[in-house]
Amino acid sequence: MSSETKQILTTDGIPLEVSLKKAERRNKIKAFLLVAPLLLFLIITYVFPIGDMLLRSVDDKMVTEMLPKTFKAMEEWDGKELPEEEVFEAFYLDFRKLVDEKREGKLSTQLNYTKNGFKSIIKKLRRKSKNFEEGNYKEQIMAVHKRWADVEYWKAIKRRAPAITGQKYLKGMDMYKNESGEIVSVEEDRRIHRILWLRTLEIAFFVTLFCFLMAYPIAHLLATLPMKYSNLLMICVLLPFWTSLLVRTASWMILLQQQGVVNDFFVGIGLVADDARPEMMYNKTGTYVAMTQILLPFMVLPLYSVMKTISPSLMRAGKSLGGTPIVAFWKVYFPLTIPGIGAGCLLCFILAIGYYITPALVGGASGTLISNQIAFHMKSTLDWSFASAMGLMLLSGVLVIYWLYNKIVGIDNIKLG
Amino acid sequence: MNKEFVKFDKVDKSYDGKTLVVKDLQLDIEEGEFVTMLGPSGSGKTTCLMMLAGFETPTHGEIYLDGRAISSIPPHKRGIGMVFQNYALFPHMTVYENLAFPLRVRKIPKDEADKKIDKALSMVSLQGFADRMPGQLSGGQQQRVAVARSLVFDPQLVLMDEPLGALDKNLRESMQYEIKHIHESIGVTVVYVTHDQSEALTMSNRIAVFNDGKVQQLSSPDELYEKPVNSFVAEFIGENNTFAGEVSDISGGKCKVKVANTEILANPISVKGKGEKTKISLRPERALINPSDKMDNIHSGKIEEVIYHGDHTRVRINLLGNNEFILKIPNSSANMDIKLGKDIKIGWNSEDARALDPK
Repeated sequence: MSSETKQILTTDGIPLEVSLKKAERRNKIKAFLLVAPLLLFLIITYVFPIGDMLLRSVDDKMVTEMLPKTFKAMEEWDGKELPEEEVFEAFYLDFRKLVDEKREGKLSTQLNYTKNGFKSIIKKLRRKSKNFEEGNYKEQIMAVHKRWADVEYWKAIKRRAPAITGQKYLKGMDMYKNESGEIVSVEEDRRIHRILWLRTLEIAFFVTLFCFLMAYPIAHLLATLPMKYSNLLMICVLLPFWTSLLVRTASWMILLQQQGVVNDFFVGIGLVADDARPEMMYNKTGTYVAMTQILLPFMVLPLYSVMKTISPSLMRAGKSLGGTPIVAFWKVYFPLTIPGIGAGCLLCFILAIGYYITPALVGGASGTLISNQIAFHMKSTLDWSFASAMGLMLLSGVLVIYWLYNKIVGIDNIKLG
Repeated sequence: MNKEFVKFDKVDKSYDGKTLVVKDLQLDIEEGEFVTMLGPSGSGKTTCLMMLAGFETPTHGEIYLDGRAISSIPPHKRGIGMVFQNYALFPHMTVYENLAFPLRVRKIPKDEADKKIDKALSMVSLQGFADRMPGQLSGGQQQRVAVARSLVFDPQLVLMDEPLGALDKNLRESMQYEIKHIHESIGVTVVYVTHDQSEALTMSNRIAVFNDGKVQQLSSPDELYEKPVNSFVAEFIGENNTFAGEVSDISGGKCKVKVANTEILANPISVKGKGEKTKISLRPERALINPSDKMDNIHSGKIEEVIYHGDHTRVRINLLGNNEFILKIPNSSANMDIKLGKDIKIGWNSEDARALDPK
């Protein structure tokens, strides 16, 4: 059909398509200029940092750059027996250079990450290597410490040859690559990250659930009350929003601590004995309570915006057709609020999964989340590449949840406002 | 037939405890009847319907359905079908599921339900639409589904709350006939609320004209139009020419009303004696140009405006001090001499000039 249709010309003989494009170009440029600041902003504040994080999380150039000659010489080595003299010579030359630049300490730290025991033998090598004679470096190095004659340590050095590595990601899952290159889990009592991931999912799930249970009636009330009351209620919902997150968390600390208001009240009405005040803070309970309160508006608002659009006559229709109020609610009202529920739950869950300040303040040891671990590595251990790796794992987790949601509910079904 | 199938007995309704939206309502509806509640917005007609449906409770008085007092029965047990203003179709269900809803909650077996749904859909000529979603239907089709849904469970009474308000004019007119035919064919009692008088006149057996929380008049469409009992009804229904004046004489079923230095002979409806103020109501089509001598009111006026309407011409005349006197003149060759500014003679029978309350 299309091949048969003749090209349509405008009155001046220009093809219609060309003419249309020309006419639309100005608008397109205008539209682009309008979004350009946003695009630039997104690139600077989002694409670059994420890209940098990605690079940092897999970056393992440090050792590669410190031992260039060694790794070149090791290319020939099969990794079964001890390497040949060239490798030892290359290593000695690289090492001397590092010692001259006073960087051998960094090397020892890095190699120690790969295999314990490098620290002391490198220190020893530095002392002894000052007096090395030219030639036969293999013998001389092996004489420094018996570990230098152990092939496992040379294998460990070789494992650091690639400039990129996934080991930070493995570490984030409490796994590592062992000597023979297999991916295995760390011993059970050292699996801290898996516990944190699971706890993060668990807390995010339950916080979302609590938010949903509490927000649904509030949103319904907001959507159905007469204007003057609903406005007041809306302010009550939004007021916490306008208060600093830190202030709100701090006020929860005042309320929940053992000598706090809630405990005093329980003791006052005789619910608990004065010497057996329950701990409601510095554990999961504190995290649940404070996070639910803080994330509640994120559930109320999408629900409200959806409920506002549901005509009250639908419920009436349900009842007039013979449905009891419960049936009318369940069959008519509830299904229509699903887009709001989806939006609210997704929003709450994603926010909860990356929550940081509140669990840090009220969570204690058993109520902290993966974000707190990330922050710990950013600020305390300065292992930024590990922090980046975990940050990206969190991000991909969120993307997976988003993808799952899209598969199950459909993202078109979402309604944020 | 039950003469008092639906009975409003001295029903009052107030929302705020200060003003009455419905005042001392007394209304009987016969079984199988099509009754329209007609009135301007805020006149209490929708409130009455909502009380009947069970979504509002009367502040005072009682409503009876088939002899039972229903104030304490919740809406879902009243078994009343209802068509809402914006259809209120369940948007997440197909047409079939919408119609199946009232049957499912009544636990009617599926094969029987399917038969009823087929029947209801064919009644509104929507066979083959069962699997559509309401959003895929046009306004008129949605309206038909809403009607079908309100009838599918065989209720004895169907309430319709301005169901055609959202449709365009042509569709509205064809739907009016359709609903009327459905009513005639299945004999269900219908209570219909509208503010559109032509809709009410077309469809109803009887019309209750509401104003100010009260039924002003309850009668058949023709009686309502021809014989309004007060000025409100006369002005609300159809077009109306009025003369305000004072009764100067009343005798033998006729009265003389003094209007602008002359006297008009009129039919005394709500005037009782001399000196009473009154408003005379006269339908435009009852006043004729070139009147015959038999007519007992003949006056002359000046043509102020001529508006061509295709099949007829509307002429605005300054008559007896009323600058808004409207005449409808059929467009025939005999009436071609109507020109702006001309004086013409106009006549009508005193019987058609109804002397009502002055308001």
